[in-house]
Amino acid sequence: MRAYKRSARMLDLPVRSTRRIAIDKEETMDLNFTPEEEAFRAEVRQFLKEAISEELAQKMRTGLELTKQDMEAWHAALQTRNWLAATWPKEHGGPGWNATERHIFDEECALANAPRVVPFGVGMLGPVLLKFGSEEQKNTILPRILDGTDWWCQGYSEPGAGSDLASLKTKAERDGDDYIINGQKTWTTLGQHADKIFCLVRTSNEGKPQEGISFILVDIDTPGIEMRPIRLLEGGYEVNEVFFTDVRVPAANLVGEENQGWTIAKYLLTHERTGIAGVGASTQALAELKGLAKKLKRRGKPLSDDAIFMARIAETEIDLEAMRITNLRMLSGGGAMGTVSSMLKIKGTVIRQAINDLARRALGPAASPFPSEDVLGNLAVAPPEAAMHAADYFNNRKLSIFGGSNEIQRNIITKELFMG
Amino acid sequence: MDFNHTEDRRMISDSLRRYLSEQYENEFRNKIAYEAPYHAPDKWSELAELGILGALVSEEQGGFGGHGFDISVVFEELGRGLCAEPMLGNLLALRLYAAFGVSERVDAIVAGTERAALAVFETDAFVALDEIAMTAEGDTLSGRKSVVYGGNSADHILVVAKTASGSYGLYEVAAGDVEVLGYAMIDGGGAAEIVLDKSPAKLIAEDAADAINAALDAGRLALCAEAVGVMDVLRDTVKDYLMQRQQFGRPIAMFQALQHRLVDFSIEIEQARSIVILASSKLDAEDRALHIARAKNLIGRAGKLVAEEAIQMHGGIGMTWEYAPSHYAKRLTMIDAQLGDTEDQLRAVLDLMAA
Repeated sequence: MRAYKRSARMLDLPVRSTRRIAIDKEETMDLNFTPEEEAFRAEVRQFLKEAISEELAQKMRTGLELTKQDMEAWHAALQTRNWLAATWPKEHGGPGWNATERHIFDEECALANAPRVVPFGVGMLGPVLLKFGSEEQKNTILPRILDGTDWWCQGYSEPGAGSDLASLKTKAERDGDDYIINGQKTWTTLGQHADKIFCLVRTSNEGKPQEGISFILVDIDTPGIEMRPIRLLEGGYEVNEVFFTDVRVPAANLVGEENQGWTIAKYLLTHERTGIAGVGASTQALAELKGLAKKLKRRGKPLSDDAIFMARIAETEIDLEAMRITNLRMLSGGGAMGTVSSMLKIKGTVIRQAINDLARRALGPAASPFPSEDVLGNLAVAPPEAAMHAADYFNNRKLSIFGGSNEIQRNIITKELFMG
Repeated sequence: MDFNHTEDRRMISDSLRRYLSEQYENEFRNKIAYEAPYHAPDKWSELAELGILGALVSEEQGGFGGHGFDISVVFEELGRGLCAEPMLGNLLALRLYAAFGVSERVDAIVAGTERAALAVFETDAFVALDEIAMTAEGDTLSGRKSVVYGGNSADHILVVAKTASGSYGLYEVAAGDVEVLGYAMIDGGGAAEIVLDKSPAKLIAEDAADAINAALDAGRLALCAEAVGVMDVLRDTVKDYLMQRQQFGRPIAMFQALQHRLVDFSIEIEQARSIVILASSKLDAEDRALHIARAKNLIGRAGKLVAEEAIQMHGGIGMTWEYAPSHYAKRLTMIDAQLGDTEDQLRAVLDLMAA
């Protein structure tokens, strides 16, 4: 409980409900949610049932790419209840949820196969501004995130600075009331839809590399910015390279102090992310896989009657059940936040990837066709809801690479283990 | 003991490797592999001129090879060059034409003037012969055959169907007489759904089950050898990348955590190479089926490790279409799905152990 309160304070969030999932020496453990929490879950479930149209549900089921309009419409639907920015406090238009409510919301969204909220504005820039932004930045930028005026994207990684992010070279030089930015960012997810980009830039070469980094906000239509698509291995387009040539940005767009960028970036990395383990999404994917196994045949029998394949599903489900409790334990407070996020990220992504692997294998050769309208439509080599399973498997290899690769997460845990 | 290939096999291996590295570069490959007809017909002719197809059948059958090692030598190089030509489908058909002495077709395929494919499997019946439902009605066939490798670019398609007597018959249909719905595979190259509707079919053999299983095993051996070629390239690329990529002020190859992972998957590649050598030596042996199933089981496991680690150790760049290793990793992953995956092979091994 104490640790939970501490983390809530860190987020400047009010501590509300009493956690029941706690290890207590006198009482036995209680792994149940409170009646209030269950009522909240029912409310979320009912909302999702009504808010997800049949058309959207169909797209989500078949794994078809969502359009920008689809994603914006989903954001708007959530914001009718002030549920879009799950981590924001009420005074800024968020729901003011505690960690458990956020967890329940994430889980229900995943189980309902709802679209993911695009994280760059509400999940990343929002919390940064709430913590480090000026009053003016909070008042002008946050509402535009909520009402969908601005689509934000992220400019962190560079070709030479991935795992070693602090070695980034894109530089911002002060020129009067402006900064002039030159350099290149990469792996900018959904940058093709963006109006604005938040960037880590080098403002000083003095001292340690971490000490000369700043966090700055840039309009994507500023002269000198060029966005180029990067095609991913399964054929999809979701990431970009962004080139900056003499891009002039007002100094007022700096967030926090000059050279405070690394602190901000680290805050985001270790910022409590209840959804990072993806337990809800994995639970949904596993349920879908079990359904698929009943439908498909292997050697004349339903795949669900096959001991070898079902053993692999069972093992994955065991891992997921343990992960569910690990996630709730961490949520209830315990362990240093950085290490916790890292553990949840590693194990959560490995489990998710294992489910993707099983789903692709369940199809056998029917997973082979390159996803195209023909293959998804009139050819229907695989059941329609499974036609993207090979593509999803390849695409989700990214899970263990992006957002700090699983190797970098291991470095963070190692540091904590030996030096913490 | 002698683990060296014969002079002839070394020659075909060398010339195929040289040809693919000069004439079939990755960029070219990725362009043709996803656009109909999902391969390069002129390259196909040149590969035939090099004798690649002739190497897949014996001298008395119209070729000049046909042993397990001939197949594995060729396919290992096709893997190394990430060749998207419909070689698997043609191997399967060629072995059957040869087995039943249809020399007209054998000669045309070996010469590169005709292409063929083998249509055995059906939706929900992708592993063993006894799962298939299609039954011949006199000299016509009706129904659908699914994921026919190279079916989109074949002139003739060998179709397997049950006969009135319950045997597994081998029939030939002309591509023009059936509906051929071609598509690219996610790892490149073409396949097709073949839809037959009272389509005229010529009986090649009334009871072809043994020959079909032998051809499928030759195909499985080919896939295993192809996987070894793919894995060799991935190991080299990962090694080069680790040495070249600088993070934290040094090449990432300096990090022991990464070194050991590369070593672990290099060990698996050597195991894979060994079991392919063993399986190659057993293609004409009595216990062929067991050895092929063992090989493809091990290849499936090693392939998954190597493909996933290769992507992971390249980081983001390993996720991109533009960078060749991602295509090698995709091919390696999807090889497992062809002609029975690692668990299908395990089931086969368990059945053979119980028998």
